[in-house]
Amino acid sequence: MISLLNVSKSFGDTVVLKNVTIEFEPEKTYAIIGSSGAGKSTLLRCINLMEVPTTGSVIIDSVDLVKDRKQLNRVREKIGMVFQNFNLFAHMSALNNVTFALRKVKKMNEAEAKDVAVKYLTEVGLQHRLDNYPHQLSGGEKQRVAIARALAMKPIAMLFDEPTSALDPEMTQEVLKVIKNLNHIGMTNIIVTHEIKFAQEVADYIIFMNQAEILEVTETKTFFSAPKSERAKTFLANMI
Amino acid sequence: MNINFERVIPFIPLMLSGVLMTLQLAALAALGGSILGFAFSLLGRKGSVFRPVIKAIVDFFRGTPLLIQLTFFHLGLPQITGWVPDVMVSALIVFSLNSGAYLSEVLRAGIESIDKGQIEAAHALGVENWDITWNIVVPQALRNVLPAIMNEFITLVKETSVVSVIGVTELMRRTQMTSSVTYRYFEPYLITMILYLVLNMILSFFGKKLERALSYD
Ligand SMILES: Nc1ncnc2c1ncn2[C@@H]1O[C@H](COP(=O)(O)OP(=O)(O)O)[C@@H](O)[C@H]1O
Ligand SMILES: [Mg+2]
Repeated sequence: MISLLNVSKSFGDTVVLKNVTIEFEPEKTYAIIGSSGAGKSTLLRCINLMEVPTTGSVIIDSVDLVKDRKQLNRVREKIGMVFQNFNLFAHMSALNNVTFALRKVKKMNEAEAKDVAVKYLTEVGLQHRLDNYPHQLSGGEKQRVAIARALAMKPIAMLFDEPTSALDPEMTQEVLKVIKNLNHIGMTNIIVTHEIKFAQEVADYIIFMNQAEILEVTETKTFFSAPKSERAKTFLANMI
Repeated sequence: MNINFERVIPFIPLMLSGVLMTLQLAALAALGGSILGFAFSLLGRKGSVFRPVIKAIVDFFRGTPLLIQLTFFHLGLPQITGWVPDVMVSALIVFSLNSGAYLSEVLRAGIESIDKGQIEAAHALGVENWDITWNIVVPQALRNVLPAIMNEFITLVKETSVVSVIGVTELMRRTQMTSSVTYRYFEPYLITMILYLVLNMILSFFGKKLERALSYD
């Protein structure tokens, strides 16, 4: 179980999150939408403390990460994160990108780590790309390696920050398909996305953000038929 | 034309043994310089408490002539400390600090060239700082700056000739000795230049090999 309690975040004088409280139910999929600059990425990054909240608590499996920083790496291990720009380790093959944390964090030996990595790279359709380096892969392939790298850690939750924004439409589809397959298989998925149709298809709940605040967390069907906030209505109207 | 290698040939073994000393000095100074350069670049990072001290050391060694550093250390300081170090010890200390200062700047640039996203991704996986530094930052930083490091080593080999002023009998010093005995300048210095050139060509060759080995293109 992941919850944020009264989380605020400022960069200098800029308030980026204003007193946000939200609880993520296990095994549900959440899509965070809202205009650019609304604070979506910052909210996501507060969950695994890539950004440290200025005030408030981030509670994961009963540990308050803001207070108990010693647990940070133990908790991060259980939360997968996928970035817009893939952030693959440039000097490692696809296989080693996945085995790296298995060896260093999960303390697996070379052979165990390889088995696990091959399994997950196969799952994302890259069994033929094990020995390729990031610069030899297409954008879609890179993002799938990044997803496999996160999945291999057997996380309880996956965080996606605009996973397809750097991809052309064709690659976007191949990556979205992979993400769709992660739905309801035992993890909480939290996805910041501009792909509204995808959000509608895949999410159980829509988190709508505007100007550093969560305006609503609404069940997906309801959100698209009857959003609660006026701002969401205009946002959706502009989408179509 | 007044060229006569015959007078100089008997001195070639003397000069060649000077090459050994030059190599020894360059290799040890490169090692010391690498260790210091690495330490300086890590300790001198933004936000480190050691940064002002490290910056002062680096600025000093980069901003003053090596020849003067060496003379000051070997001949000047003993006036105060009373300790007269062996010429080789003086040479090694000054060269290590000097090339450490240059290398730390090179390494710092290499560390700063690493894409922050990769470091973030590693943090998000729960990897410890130590493992990130050694397995993500250092290998990529080294690869990015390897040509600049090789350049620094080549400079180092050439600059070891400066230690002739405090009397280390390396290649340059032995060339001077050869000249003063034979009264010939053209031939010994030509030979010496060729020897330095060959040393550095060999060094470049291995540098290029290492570059290829580390590359993943
Ligand atoms: N590291 C930072 N330093 C200063 N301002 C930042 C930083 N990160 C984000 N911001 C600002 O916070 C606001 C929200 O950013 P972000 O969470 O990235 O929004 P979104 O993902 O919804 O586009 C933006 O105005 C952005 O400029
Ligand atoms: Mg964003």
